[in-house]
Amino acid sequence: MKPSRFDYHRPTSPAEAAEVLAELGDTARVLAGGQSLLPMLNLRLAYFDHLVDVGRIEELRRIEQREGALWLGAAAVDAAVERSELVRDAVPLLAEASPLVGHFQIRNRGTVGGSIAHADPAAEYPAVALALDAEMVALSVRGERTIPAASFFTGHWSTALEPDELLVGVSFPRWAGRCGFAVREMARRHGDFAVAGAAVGVQLDDASRVQRAAVALFGMGATPRRAGPAEAALVGAGTGELDLAEVGRLAVDGMDDVPADLHGSSGYRRRVGAVMVERALGAAIEEASRG
Amino acid sequence: MGEVEISLSVNGHARTDAVEPRLTLADYLRERCQLTGTHLGCEHGVCGACTVLVDGAAVRSCLVLAVQADGAEVTTIEGIAAPDGTLSPVQAAFRECHGLQCGFCTPGFVVSATALLRDNPDPTDDELRVGLAGNLCRCTGYQGILAAVRRAAEAG
Ligand SMILES: Cc1cc2nc3c(=O)[nH]c(=O)nc-3n(C[C@H](O)[C@H](O)[C@H](O)COP(=O)(O)OP(=O)(O)OC[C@H]3O[C@@H](n4cnc5c(N)ncnc54)[C@H](O)[C@@H]3O)c2cc1C
Ligand code: FES
Ligand code: FES
Repeated sequence: MKPSRFDYHRPTSPAEAAEVLAELGDTARVLAGGQSLLPMLNLRLAYFDHLVDVGRIEELRRIEQREGALWLGAAAVDAAVERSELVRDAVPLLAEASPLVGHFQIRNRGTVGGSIAHADPAAEYPAVALALDAEMVALSVRGERTIPAASFFTGHWSTALEPDELLVGVSFPRWAGRCGFAVREMARRHGDFAVAGAAVGVQLDDASRVQRAAVALFGMGATPRRAGPAEAALVGAGTGELDLAEVGRLAVDGMDDVPADLHGSSGYRRRVGAVMVERALGAAIEEASRG
Repeated sequence: MGEVEISLSVNGHARTDAVEPRLTLADYLRERCQLTGTHLGCEHGVCGACTVLVDGAAVRSCLVLAVQADGAEVTTIEGIAAPDGTLSPVQAAFRECHGLQCGFCTPGFVVSATALLRDNPDPTDDELRVGLAGNLCRCTGYQGILAAVRRAAEAG
């Protein structure tokens, strides 16, 4: 047996899960799809005295429309998000991102909430959440609170969640009008975490000027990052007059501490990131122009 | 905590066992059920050798705890052929197209391809390549494997 010993808990509701977490404190860890947690346990990179399995709580698996936003329960599996017509219609950027998360066998178990709580800097869903200003809803015995994406990702594999807080779901705002969305990434092999990537959304007005733009990069730092200067350069510009390669460069220009590893130096990542922004924007603008 | 009792179906046979929570489904199948066709390569989700079906969905059995499979229907490579031993279309195609050499990765490929073709009976070449990207083979070479799955799709 590879992991070290732990006790297993399977609460049947979010409230019960929150109680179990409160009682056990930081000796416990939430288990959702296990697609990030189990590798760490198998390799003994992590060990916990208690695992609290929330994967079967029906209430946490819902995918539904809630007050003009799309609600994804934290334990909705990636494969369900990938197949959902509602998701494709309401938040196309999520539907674009899903097929890029690992392999289909991973997506059959991995969850959106697990990905967002795990907060790998190269993961797709956290970047989508950041790009769209999604809101994370966390539950503990102290009550429920909403955390905006902009303050949720606090560092490498770290989030604003307290150890006794359960992520219950994520609310993604819907964009209306002439919109386009795209994710582009460069990975060594299909299904690997990306070296660098970009998740973008654009909205055009009737004169084909960019009315709204969201650009988030992943694999480019300890957390996913918004590219403010690139967004500012886009807004107000006519699609015909945009130099997207320049916007890509702007997106990565101010980014210091871009990571370097075996898969690429910081300089290389920066160049890849710029190109991914350029390509994603090209695709998103083309889609929006057809709308 | 001691052991936890689980009840599940493995290749159509109902079983109840007491397991330690830290036992993975892969180890449960191999050591408790003596179904050693499910192979373990990396044990952290990368190679796909341990792929089984849980309620029809292809998953890495090294990344599922046996306790998480409580109540589920599990199908391993041993449950893919007909009860009389007749090979499934995917298995037969692997034999015909030189889809295996040492056979270590084969159970994972066959189970993954079985799920893939069930959900997408007429895949494009690109869909096949992407669909099989989560399984690693270190010796046959992927061309034979792709040819086998393509043949199985045509036969199916
Ligand atoms: C081979 C392989 C390739 C992969 N490739 C990619 C990839 O390309 N892109 C990508 O984004 N991911 C990839 N992943 C990771 C995958 O997406 C994971 O499923 C995801 O990161 C975690 O989701 P999970 O449901 O499996 O969470 P788990 O593994 O169960 O949990 C992960 C962490 O999140 C915490 N957590 C989970 N749910 C909650 C909750 N509701 N509330 C509070 N905390 C919670 C857990 O305590 C744990 O710390 C890959 C994984 C593998 C094995
Ligand atoms: S042994 Fe499970 S994926 Fe390699
Ligand atoms: S047949 Fe030997 S590893 Fe694939």
